[in-house]
Amino acid sequence: MANKDQPIVRMSSITKRFLDITANKNVSFDLYSGEICALLGENGAGKTTLMNILFGYYTRDEGAIFIKGEKADLSAPKDAISRGVGMIHQHFALVPSQTVLENIIVGMDCGKGIFLDLKSARQEVLALQKRFGLEIDPAAKVWTLSMGEQQKVEILKALYRDVDILIMDEPTAVLAPAETADLFHTLRSLVGEGRSIVLISHKLNEVMEISDRIVVLRNGQVVAERKTAETSTRELANLMVGRELLENIEKNELPAGEPVLEIKGLNALNDKNLPVLKNLDLIVRQNEIVGMAGISGNGQRELSEVLFGMRSPADGCIEISGKPLKSGSPTAAIKADMGRIPEDRIDTGLLMDLSVEENLILETHSSADFQKYGLLKSQRIQRFSEELIEKYRIMTAGRDAVTKSLSGGNLQKVMLARELARKPALIIASQPTRGLDVGAMAYIHQRLLQERERGAGILLISEDLDEIFALSDRIIVIFEGQIMGQASVATASREQIGLWMSGVKA
Amino acid sequence: MIRFRIVKRQPLSGWAKVAIPIGAIVVTLMLSAIPILFAGGHLWKSYFYLFYGALGTRYNLLETFVKASPLVLTGLAVAFAFRAKFWNIGAEGQLLAGALTATVLGVHLSAIPPALVLPTIIIAGFLAGGIWASIPALLKTKLKVDDVVSTLLLNYVMIHIMGALLFGPLQQPGSSWPRSSAIIEAACYPILLIRSRFHLGILISFLAVWIIWFINKKTIFGYQSKAVGINIRAAHFGGINTTSVILWTALISGGLAGLAGVGELCALQYRLIMDISPGYGYSGIVIAMLGNLHPVGVLFSSLFFSVIIVGAQTMSRMTGVPTYIAEVIQGMALMVMLIFLLFTEYKIRVMRR
Repeated sequence: MANKDQPIVRMSSITKRFLDITANKNVSFDLYSGEICALLGENGAGKTTLMNILFGYYTRDEGAIFIKGEKADLSAPKDAISRGVGMIHQHFALVPSQTVLENIIVGMDCGKGIFLDLKSARQEVLALQKRFGLEIDPAAKVWTLSMGEQQKVEILKALYRDVDILIMDEPTAVLAPAETADLFHTLRSLVGEGRSIVLISHKLNEVMEISDRIVVLRNGQVVAERKTAETSTRELANLMVGRELLENIEKNELPAGEPVLEIKGLNALNDKNLPVLKNLDLIVRQNEIVGMAGISGNGQRELSEVLFGMRSPADGCIEISGKPLKSGSPTAAIKADMGRIPEDRIDTGLLMDLSVEENLILETHSSADFQKYGLLKSQRIQRFSEELIEKYRIMTAGRDAVTKSLSGGNLQKVMLARELARKPALIIASQPTRGLDVGAMAYIHQRLLQERERGAGILLISEDLDEIFALSDRIIVIFEGQIMGQASVATASREQIGLWMSGVKA
Repeated sequence: MIRFRIVKRQPLSGWAKVAIPIGAIVVTLMLSAIPILFAGGHLWKSYFYLFYGALGTRYNLLETFVKASPLVLTGLAVAFAFRAKFWNIGAEGQLLAGALTATVLGVHLSAIPPALVLPTIIIAGFLAGGIWASIPALLKTKLKVDDVVSTLLLNYVMIHIMGALLFGPLQQPGSSWPRSSAIIEAACYPILLIRSRFHLGILISFLAVWIIWFINKKTIFGYQSKAVGINIRAAHFGGINTTSVILWTALISGGLAGLAGVGELCALQYRLIMDISPGYGYSGIVIAMLGNLHPVGVLFSSLFFSVIIVGAQTMSRMTGVPTYIAEVIQGMALMVMLIFLLFTEYKIRVMRR
């Protein structure tokens, strides 16, 4: 058994290569029992790769792993789990049509002979729930659960397998603020019982709040290790990006112009045919950024889909620059001069198996600029895409590179380049920086502000209050499909916005 | 203990796309030794006659092209549809629709100038196949009917339509067999090389390879159908009319298969019989997969198939191995190719503990 000073996990000199990319270069990482250690770094810094190696999901090319003092050769997650290492990925591995209990026991021998012993499994799960404050009805079907609840199921799943080393990859990315607080509470009670947690994150504030120790990765290497109590967000930000990073957002005072987006009495149904937007009114003007704050699931997704032409509204009218928008037609939205940044750039915004160039021309390929008699003007297209790649500093092997080879930040730059190249009068940006690292985030903020100066009206839908406050001229809060309140950024207080977000009318 | 495990691999580079089908063919030929030996054939003699029979004499070589022609067209039909994720398993029925149309026109079209007969038949045969394929496309886009099932089942519908007509209005007067009258001479594909059956349809199929390559590579329609195949939601989001793209894809796909039927009828059989196609439509699926859905790949995999089919005749005559061996080899080619394609995404890792 390892004693208190011995690390419970020791990864020494780990190197992992993917073809031409070295994801981890000679990385050493220790984890001690009873601590929350944050693995901090930008997207692509190698955090998830390193933990996937510890979880047996990838195999290392070089280096050694010791778990509880024993050398561990992990060739599959089950090898890791049998040594008490569990990992919860960003995308949950749950079966939506099955119950919580069924999801927890899946793949485990539980029962007598060929019969499942659900009763005693249920008892065990309930006991775990009680111990760690993870209350969910074991009989509930997973698809009915919120993201926060699904995460609890994942944690229970790990605990049920007697995991004492838990790796969580960006656990708060899918959570509402209240759910995050819940999660942190659970994590504390887990380490209180001597378990150890690795938290992969790029969010400075939450790392400062929850961790005991912070290991910073950059470009696949460990650049620093700090006790959380002895560092600051500012120092961490610098370590993480390797340069003095100050997101100093400077905004010129601009009088708002004519309305570019006017929504009146909009009603819409969600995928389960329940009302999700209820008589929503909204105006966005030229030279104005309207920040729409709200906890996810309050109609933001459906609102953006209605505007993008991906969902037909039940009722109401939408005008863009004074002209009514034909509903349910993405083509109409493009023609109406709307720049559209959807929240899921991978499934909706971009075609991951097309080249970067092919994605850049998606909306304009049939314009006279790029085709004649149905034939693509390949030289024009090439010039256009090379210009955009340069202008937006998209890091890619070339315009012909397959889009899925790009990192998250660069994917969003492709998205942005395509949409802004049309010089849209109105921009709908839905969670434009979610999951992006600090550098990419700052870039996208700058671009949006430039568009505002150019004269575009921007509707910024975001769950990130810092972003909302930094960019918006006006803040509106959506709650259960209705506007709870609005305020100009000068007069808005975080407290007030927070109350509105939780449905408190004041 | 040694364990094997299948793990994901990194995307392969461009050369692998060429190497994989070639490797699959080599492995297929090697595996063919098993059934050949099992059938009591002499191995090297069998291989020799397989290739000699297909390529060794002028006539046999040209016969190989004759056999390749319908395979190229059905292979293109399937590849073009699959690229847009329109799962057209119905090239067989579309081929028959083309042959049926060519028969009706070829028998009765004596009123118009002879020079116009063949172009009319070709266009009509293309449209017949295309319209037959657009039925499942309409069902898919309007009613979300699964295209795999509907395209497949429509094959049987077309076989029975053809049977009903061959026992009814289309039956040759005085004949008791289910066969039509012969088509008029103006409706026959010209033979392009003397002392052979090398006909116009072969050129048409080669031209089709180039046209499909051109559509895929150079036109906005090719771009759109690729986008629809990759991610229909994102294509729709980007302003592509996905319904129209699927319909046009089906029309072109079915049209190509229809042309295969026109060729078989107007160049080889001259009259409609129930056995007009020995399953060219289904072979097209295998060929499209073997050709990696690329038109040039389809051309080469069709040639490979026709070499096997034509060569097996000679091999059978000279060594006594039954001609069924050709079908066994075709089946193996598909299996091997699918396994090879699996390894483009996954690899086997050997582990010792």
